[in-house]
Amino acid sequence: MKALVAMSGGVDSSVAAALMKDAGHDVVGVTLKLWSGPNGEAPTAGCCTVSDAEDARRVAAQLDIPYYVLDYSEEFKGGVVDRFVTDYASGRTPNPCIECNRTVKFDRLLNRLDDFGSEILVTGHHARSRENGETWSLHRGEDVAKDQSYVLSMLTQRELSRTRFPVGELTKPQVRNVAAGMGLRTARKPESMDICFVGQRDYRGFLSDHAPGAFHPGDVVDTAGNTIGEHEGIAGFTIGQRRGLGVAVGEPRFVVRIEEATSTVVLGSRDDLEVAGVGLEQVTWTSGIARSGWVTAQYRAHGEPVGATLDGNRLVFDERQSAIAPGQTVAFYEGDMVLGGALIASTIS
Amino acid sequence: MRDLIYLDHAATTPMRPGVWEAMAPHAIDSFGNSSGIHGVSRRAKNALEEARERIAEILGCGPMEVVFTSGGTESDNLALTGAVFSGSDRTGVVVSATEHEAVLETADFLGRRGSVVDTVGVDRAGRIEASAVVASLTPSTAVVSIMLVNNETGVVNDVAAMSHAVKGTDPDVLVHADAVQAFGSMKFDVGQLGVDMLSLTAHKFGGPKGAGLLYVREGTALEPLIHGGGQELGRRSGTHDVPGAVGLATAMELAAADRDRFVGEVGTIRDSFEEHLTRAFPDAVVNTPDPDRSPHHLNIRFPGVRNEPLLMRLDRSGVAASAGSACQSGAATVSHVLEAMGRSPAEARESVRFSFGWTSSREESNRAARIVVDLVEDLR
Repeated sequence: MKALVAMSGGVDSSVAAALMKDAGHDVVGVTLKLWSGPNGEAPTAGCCTVSDAEDARRVAAQLDIPYYVLDYSEEFKGGVVDRFVTDYASGRTPNPCIECNRTVKFDRLLNRLDDFGSEILVTGHHARSRENGETWSLHRGEDVAKDQSYVLSMLTQRELSRTRFPVGELTKPQVRNVAAGMGLRTARKPESMDICFVGQRDYRGFLSDHAPGAFHPGDVVDTAGNTIGEHEGIAGFTIGQRRGLGVAVGEPRFVVRIEEATSTVVLGSRDDLEVAGVGLEQVTWTSGIARSGWVTAQYRAHGEPVGATLDGNRLVFDERQSAIAPGQTVAFYEGDMVLGGALIASTIS
Repeated sequence: MRDLIYLDHAATTPMRPGVWEAMAPHAIDSFGNSSGIHGVSRRAKNALEEARERIAEILGCGPMEVVFTSGGTESDNLALTGAVFSGSDRTGVVVSATEHEAVLETADFLGRRGSVVDTVGVDRAGRIEASAVVASLTPSTAVVSIMLVNNETGVVNDVAAMSHAVKGTDPDVLVHADAVQAFGSMKFDVGQLGVDMLSLTAHKFGGPKGAGLLYVREGTALEPLIHGGGQELGRRSGTHDVPGAVGLATAMELAAADRDRFVGEVGTIRDSFEEHLTRAFPDAVVNTPDPDRSPHHLNIRFPGVRNEPLLMRLDRSGVAASAGSACQSGAATVSHVLEAMGRSPAEARESVRFSFGWTSSREESNRAARIVVDLVEDLR
């Protein structure tokens, strides 16, 4: 098949390209240029730095496949960075990597397969997809510790039918072995954990640089409504946060609620962080068919799945869960199969 | 890989036969440092000065007016920065909006260091008007930089008219011409152009990469960029690249001798390629003006077809072309040249540069035209 491989410069997508090439497919590699600083400088952290693109280019040269850099910085700014800023400014906790997958990587690249004369898109995600007659299903990756099906939970038949995840069939050590065996320069490259456009600093610094208007001072209150301090802007807080609250109290205090309308940050005890369920928005279904009833739900990238019951746009957990922030993604599973995903719009106490 | 059809000669062109052979002895047998006092060095020095004389003969200048550099970018940097830092009261810079990045970014750097930078616009054909250049002059203008042939569109500017107009207005303003794209197709000498400085680089006309020159008129005050052992009359320190200088001189002679054929044959090949495309796509817009065009550039827009996928598909079909402008990461960016010519960013993103060279043949050009037509039809 003619495959377009999204190469970030990491070991996983390098091996994805190598496996496709090895299997005899006609492979083209691309790296997305997503972000540059105010003076055009490239990011130095995360999954899309200059040296990462350089690694991708060198791996492509070694595999002897055509390789191109595609500039999606405008789409990334509009679809991911601006959204990141407005989400924090309105008291939510966004996941920009999922937003990038949704609005840039899969959407744009799948739309452009024809431009490259390619039939399928290939990424280096740790997830598995299976063709079952007419439909495609998505499953957790072979390496459960590295599983990335959570960040792919918003994919639908449109994307799954035209995307392959060859690396998801391997464990991470196997991936590194393949890379080492082929002499790929990325074989021992460490994983990136940072948000690419924020880098290694605190995301609050990024927000105050890029959205100073998002910082309106307001009150810090307790759950009874008593004002116990002041803050410089709700964008600097996230649900469950314990440090940097600027309030000295005896027992441990956490951010339990952020109220955008009044620019208020509510502190409470560990118990106050617990919620019975969440309200959902932008619900998608891998199969295209809405589900209800009991599922397992995962609401953090590497969180444990928990039992919950789906009822329309409400998800009620079997047991109360702690520190859930609106804006985060929740993925629904049946066993290791992804059923779908949604954004958390609100919490239900 | 199918047979490569190389239509990116404005980016770089293969070495002409004989150049490498002329260079090799100076890398191995007469390897000396041209600044030394012994025989090996003298032989290197002799080869270097011989190359300088051969070049001076072609440019119509004195040998001591030829400053060897690492290429066009260094030459452009030296011309502008050297003039501004030369110690006179004049620090202003005038450039055209369509100059190469080597000039524009140097002007920007000088602007950040306190120079007043004036950027002269161009007409829709990309031509720089002499009157606009003159109108930008102020009593503090140190240097004017204009290009002879634009690297993206191939528009030819009347540098002689501009330098005479500038000198007629203010004889103390230095005039620099970026002639990097011009040498292979235009016969000129520096006296006729009336410029004080002129940049060339060998790899654009069949010489080695990393070897270039800046012509500097005798008596021109210029602060060097690279300080050290005082080579090149102190204008450019550093151990000489003798093989590079020999390769530059040899390529200049070969290109000059081949120029009439180049202008005729390559020009005809480009014209028939252009005709093939405009006949297939009557709505195609040719950004390369006519007249005032070089014989080997063709910048053309296919409405509704973005250049990025077209160039990639061309690459995969064995045709090497470009958008005329690429950043370090290799991602296509919007051409500042086409923007200066009044094209919208969307129009610039639909424009592609094909550039022909001394190896181009009618057969491969016809084959390339058919591939372009197929791909444009497919992408529409």
